[in-house]
Amino acid sequence: MIDIKNVSHQIAGRPILTDISLHLDKGGLIALVGPNGAGKSTLLSLIARLLPLQSGRISIDDLKIGETTDDILARKLAVLPQDLSVASRLSVRDVVGFGRYPYHKGRPGPDDHDRVAAALNLFNLAEFAERQLETLSGGQRQRAFVAMAYVQDTDYLLLDEPLNNLDIAASRALMAQLRALVRTRRRTVVIVLHDINYAAAYADRIVALKNGQVVVDGAPDRVVNASLLRDVFETEALVSDVEGRPVVLV
Amino acid sequence: MCVRIAVLAGLLLVCCAAYLSLGARGDWSFVLAFRGPKLAALLLVGFAVSWATLIFQTITENRILTPNIMGFDALYLLLLAGLVWSLGARTYQDLPAQGVMALNAGLMCGASLLLFLTLMRSSHGDLLRMILTGVTLAVLFRSLTSYVQRVIDPNEYDVVQAASFARFSNIETDLLTLAALFSIGAGTMVWRMRHRLDVLPLGPVLSTSLGESPQRAQWQVLILVSVLVSVSTALVGPVAFFGLLVTSLTYLVIPSPRHGHLLPAAALIASITLVGGQTVLERILNFSTPLSVVIEFTGGLIFLFLLLRSLR
Repeated sequence: MIDIKNVSHQIAGRPILTDISLHLDKGGLIALVGPNGAGKSTLLSLIARLLPLQSGRISIDDLKIGETTDDILARKLAVLPQDLSVASRLSVRDVVGFGRYPYHKGRPGPDDHDRVAAALNLFNLAEFAERQLETLSGGQRQRAFVAMAYVQDTDYLLLDEPLNNLDIAASRALMAQLRALVRTRRRTVVIVLHDINYAAAYADRIVALKNGQVVVDGAPDRVVNASLLRDVFETEALVSDVEGRPVVLV
Repeated sequence: MCVRIAVLAGLLLVCCAAYLSLGARGDWSFVLAFRGPKLAALLLVGFAVSWATLIFQTITENRILTPNIMGFDALYLLLLAGLVWSLGARTYQDLPAQGVMALNAGLMCGASLLLFLTLMRSSHGDLLRMILTGVTLAVLFRSLTSYVQRVIDPNEYDVVQAASFARFSNIETDLLTLAALFSIGAGTMVWRMRHRLDVLPLGPVLSTSLGESPQRAQWQVLILVSVLVSVSTALVGPVAFFGLLVTSLTYLVIPSPRHGHLLPAAALIASITLVGGQTVLERILNFSTPLSVVIEFTGGLIFLFLLLRSLR
């Protein structure tokens, strides 16, 4: 369980998050949504220890962020950033293999190689395994990094706007893979999304932020409605029910 | 990769044999005593410059940058000029060379740490801002060195001036033992960090996710770079583009992201360039051209090429 208690954060004196408290239970796909500047990515960065905590407390299964070493947290929590460009020339196998780094520290054993091979197959990357990352499409590259997070074998996976720059097919494929992770491996995925329809279609829970505060929190069929769009996104749109799922008509 | 590294090692052996034997007349014990320390110094410089540049490029995630850009060697020269100015040329030359080198290395490590801790805190881990500050400080250090050179007397000027240019034919071989100790110490730490260095090019978010704090690795690398640059600058003077030349060749010869492959290859390529180049210029061209000029010219061309390619 990710436990966030009274977290506030400022950047250059401007409040980004104000007294956020959230319980994110183990298992399930949780979507963080909200307009630009709502504080979604900042909240994700604080959970992922990418930003120092200024006030409040965040713990993951009783491990306190800020007090637990990176080594231990790397086996508990994986994070994928928005920008997945890397400085060195890496093959897909190299990238996926890095997922085992928290366990082997640069000296992979047979078990690590087996897990990487299994992940390459699972994510349909085996045929690209030896290709350089820069030669792949955005969707294939994204898949390679998700496979890396998969072999990292953490209970929690945080993703910051992973659908940016992906076409509809790649976006759907990625969301389906994340859902499969939740279903088959009982992982907890926390994902920042801009497209409310993807959140409604794939998430178990939607947390909407506005002006650094949680304004809506609940299951998609309960919270995705015209008032959410009006209150959170300040836009008017119709919300229809398609096969039991809310769909925003834009 | 191992085959390529073995080929490079073989080439280096050939270069070393040629350097020691070409044109050697008389007793071997005399030849070895005369050329051996020079060879050892060239190998140490090659090792120090190549590793310093390679690990600096890794933490900055930029294959065009070298430690010189952040003013590491400029600081060394400023400290040296300051010593000559305050003590006088004669007193300075009477100082034990090893002591001066150790003092310079210590001051450089302290200055790097200070720069890193101050700037990283105020810029919230923005390494680019720290590098730009380093570039500005390098200009300041060079200007201060020029100022010191203007106010000191001609004899002192001569001492500072001699230390301001790379000199592969006139190596400070009496510093070899201390330089070797520094290099082995720093080199051992770099080698132990090699797997961590593999993770850093993934960027700060992914390396943190994998359990490697980029900030911690960055300050450790800056300290090690300070030691390695002080070794090479003390032995042969400042070399601006040599590191860039070597790392560019290394990435070309060893297309691997693993520092376990890159580090030995970079040291071998640097040593081949220095020992091979010095053999040709000393034994075949009879010192008609200084090696430093050839290296800096070629390195400068590579720098321009990489810069233009990155702009495209």
